[in-house]
Amino acid sequence: MTLIDILIGDRQADRVVPPAGQTAWLTVLPAAAMAFLAVFALALSLATGRLAERWDESLAQASTIRISAPADQADAQVDAVLSILAGTPGVATARALAAEEQATLLEPWLGPGLPLDRLPLPRLVEIVESDGFDAEGLRLRLQAEVPGAVLDDHTRWRQPMVEAASRLRSLGWTALLLIAGVLAAIVTLAAQAALAANVQVIRVLRLVGARDVYAVRAFTRRFTLRAVAGAATGTLLGMLAVALLPSAQVAGGFLTGLGFTGLSWLLPLLIPPFVGVIAFLATRRAAFRALARFE
Amino acid sequence: MIELKGASYSYGRDALLHGLDLTLSPGSFHFLTGPSGAGKTTLLKLCYGELRPTEGVIELMGRDTRGLDRDGMARLRRRVGVVHQDCEFLDHLSLMENVALPLTVSGADTPERRDELTQLLAWVGLGHRAHAHPPELSGGERQRAALARAVITDPEVLIADEPTGNIDWEMSQRLLSLLAELNLMGKTVLVATHDLALIRASKPTVSARVLRLAGGSLQTAGAEL
Repeated sequence: MTLIDILIGDRQADRVVPPAGQTAWLTVLPAAAMAFLAVFALALSLATGRLAERWDESLAQASTIRISAPADQADAQVDAVLSILAGTPGVATARALAAEEQATLLEPWLGPGLPLDRLPLPRLVEIVESDGFDAEGLRLRLQAEVPGAVLDDHTRWRQPMVEAASRLRSLGWTALLLIAGVLAAIVTLAAQAALAANVQVIRVLRLVGARDVYAVRAFTRRFTLRAVAGAATGTLLGMLAVALLPSAQVAGGFLTGLGFTGLSWLLPLLIPPFVGVIAFLATRRAAFRALARFE
Repeated sequence: MIELKGASYSYGRDALLHGLDLTLSPGSFHFLTGPSGAGKTTLLKLCYGELRPTEGVIELMGRDTRGLDRDGMARLRRRVGVVHQDCEFLDHLSLMENVALPLTVSGADTPERRDELTQLLAWVGLGHRAHAHPPELSGGERQRAALARAVITDPEVLIADEPTGNIDWEMSQRLLSLLAELNLMGKTVLVATHDLALIRASKPTVSARVLRLAGGSLQTAGAEL
């Protein structure tokens, strides 16, 4: 018996298994719930994957030089730093941030309208890197020529963020595996319950000379189709829920970026057939084991 | 046809049947009698392969059952029709579908066989009940339906376990005449019953050998019947 047999079916064999009882809901509802959760786990995995890549790419190409100096020397030190950067290999562009830009950066933390010009803020120089950028060499040169300038290549805080995003992605995949395992267990239990409730069917089939595979096929097809129907419903509901999440552009932040983009919207559609394969294998195994015990 | 050679059967440590030798030759008719709990049903199950002997050899249609797996046994079982006292059916299927079940599971449910099915139901007197469901049938109707199901595949052997246990005398006689008719058609018949009156009543219609199972051994019953 193969999955092809399941799709083609055998009308007469299907009739042998009594119409749906309680065990039908034991399969359909968990399959729908698990598929719903699987859509979110998949969305989480994809979103965190995108996040990790974005952080890694954008932060890896940028560095900042912080210049702490008395107000009357600040401009001179900024010029000195820019002069050094102009002759440093691996520096694509370098520019000093204007006071307004620094104010914009600080506004989310300190609020609007603060008299920033009266605060002893360091000046910032933004560097966009290219190939051959030597952070350590630049750091030593700045230390020697502009002692108040400190190079921050973002490695210190970039790495934990990328790692955190990667961990989240792994958690998403782990959740998907757990969902698959739980679903297999639930379908197995439902199949066992159905087989136990249909001992008479098995006894009669044995009596009339049915081979084990005949009874197994009848039960397996029923359970696989129920699981696929439940999973299809759960998947569609899950996709709808993800589609209704606020977009990242509107609200900003990490969680609002949870969702699918472009062709990745097709990925959740793999969940129902995948659930079908799980249900097929779980029911088939449970049915053969039950028949072996029945002898 | 069916041959037991020193066949024994034990449930756990309790031996029920000891070293039985029995040959059911083609076209023979056997009654199996004995007290309740003597192991009549167990012996029948050994004869149609639902149970395997704990010792000894059983040959079904000339094949030693010891080397057969469950599928091989299922194929052999199609050549043996079985009627139980409680004659279980699939309650959600109609009588016609239930009787056709042996054809369905063997992939032999063709339109020609459907015609035979209609004739068979008429033969057992259930032509008018073809679309009824098992819970709607009386005890006698269930027994006749079970008999029809047992012979739909034209088996060589028919085994019946207390087929008249739940039905009245008139219906018992009718069932007996159907079994006798099958025997005349060349079927080997083995009927387990504790109803000695039924065995006596069969004398004018069939030439039956009567076996008595007691104390785990088989004896040929004689004049006391």
